Amino acid sequence: MDDQAQAQAQAMVGIVIVSHSARLAEEVAAIAREIGGENVPVAAAGGTDDGGLGTSLDKVIAAIESVDQGAGVVLIPDLGSSVLTAKLVEEPGSVVIADVPLVEGAIAAAVTVGGGASLPEVLASAEEARTFRKL
Amino acid sequence: MDTSFFLAWIKEAATAVQAERDHLTQLDAAIGDADHGANLDRGFAAVRQALADTPPETPGAVLVQAGSALIRKVGGASGPLYGTAFRQMGRALGDAPEITPAGLVTALEAAQEGVQKLGGAAEGDKTLVDAFAPAVRALAQAVQDGAKLEDALETATTAAEEGARATVPLQARKGRASYLGPRSVGHEDPGAASTALIFAALRRAAGQA
Repeated sequence: MDDQAQAQAQAMVGIVIVSHSARLAEEVAAIAREIGGENVPVAAAGGTDDGGLGTSLDKVIAAIESVDQGAGVVLIPDLGSSVLTAKLVEEPGSVVIADVPLVEGAIAAAVTVGGGASLPEVLASAEEARTFRKL
Repeated sequence: MDTSFFLAWIKEAATAVQAERDHLTQLDAAIGDADHGANLDRGFAAVRQALADTPPETPGAVLVQAGSALIRKVGGASGPLYGTAFRQMGRALGDAPEITPAGLVTALEAAQEGVQKLGGAAEGDKTLVDAFAPAVRALAQAVQDGAKLEDALETATTAAEEGARATVPLQARKGRASYLGPRSVGHEDPGAASTALIFAALRRAAGQA
C-alpha cells in the first residue's frame, strides 16, 4: 500500500456539533471525544460570530474543514437556524446531517467513528440514537 | 428593472427593517426568542456594506450578494431563509442586465420554492411563507393581466400584508413558536411581518424608477 492509499484507509469520518451556544457545542464535542476516543475528529461550531446565541455559517464551514480527513463529515445540529445552516452546507455523500438528539447522537457517532466506520455507518448509528430508549 | 432598481429595493428594505426593528422584535418576543428585528437589521446592514464594498454589475449579482450576506450575518433562522430567497432569485435572474415583470415573477417563484425546500413550511404553518406565497401569486396574476409594474407590486404588497395579518389566528407548526402549541394563536408571525416589509420596499423601489 502506498502512502496515499494508507492515509485514505486511515481517514476517519469527522463530526461537527452545530449549536446555538458556543459553550454547549464545545461541551458536547468534549463528551463525544471523551467517550469515542481522543483521536476521533470532532469540532464545535456554536454561537454567532460575535459570541451571541445563534448560528454562524463561517464557523460551521471552518469546523467542517478542521475535521475533514477525506472520509466524510457528519453534522449534528441542535435546532432552528443550526439545522437550516447545516442544510446550506450539505453535500450528498460527503457532508451529511444526522437528524438526532444532540448529545446522544454525538456520542453514538463518535463511538462508531472510533471503531473505524464509514460515513453511512456513522450516520446510521447516530440515527439509532433518535429511537434509543433509556428506560 | 435594472441593477439600480434592485439596489434601490435592497436599500428600501434595509431602511424599513431598521425602522421596524423594535416592532419585529416585539412580535418575536410574544412567540419566539425576541431577536428577529435585531437579527434582520444586522443582516441588512451587512448586505449594504457588502454591496458598497463590491458593487454588483447585474440585478442577479445584487440579489446573490445580498443573500450571501444575510446567510452569514443574521445568526437566526431568518438568515438562511431570507438568504436563500435572495440567492435563488438572483440565480434565476442569471446575468441579464434588464429584468421584465414576468422575469421578476419567475425569480420570486424560485425564491419561494427555495425557502419552502429549506424550511419545510407550507402555507398555514404561521411562517413567512404565509405572506410570501400570496404576494407572489398576486404579482403573477397582476403581471399576467397586463397591470403596470407599480400597480402589480401594490397588489403583491397588499397580499403580503393581508397574509401577515392572517397569521394572527393560526397555530404555529414550524420554528420555536411551534413548541407553544395553542398559545402561539393570537400573535402575528414576525417572519410574515418582515416579508410584508420587504414586498412594500419592492413597491417603493418601483415608484422611484
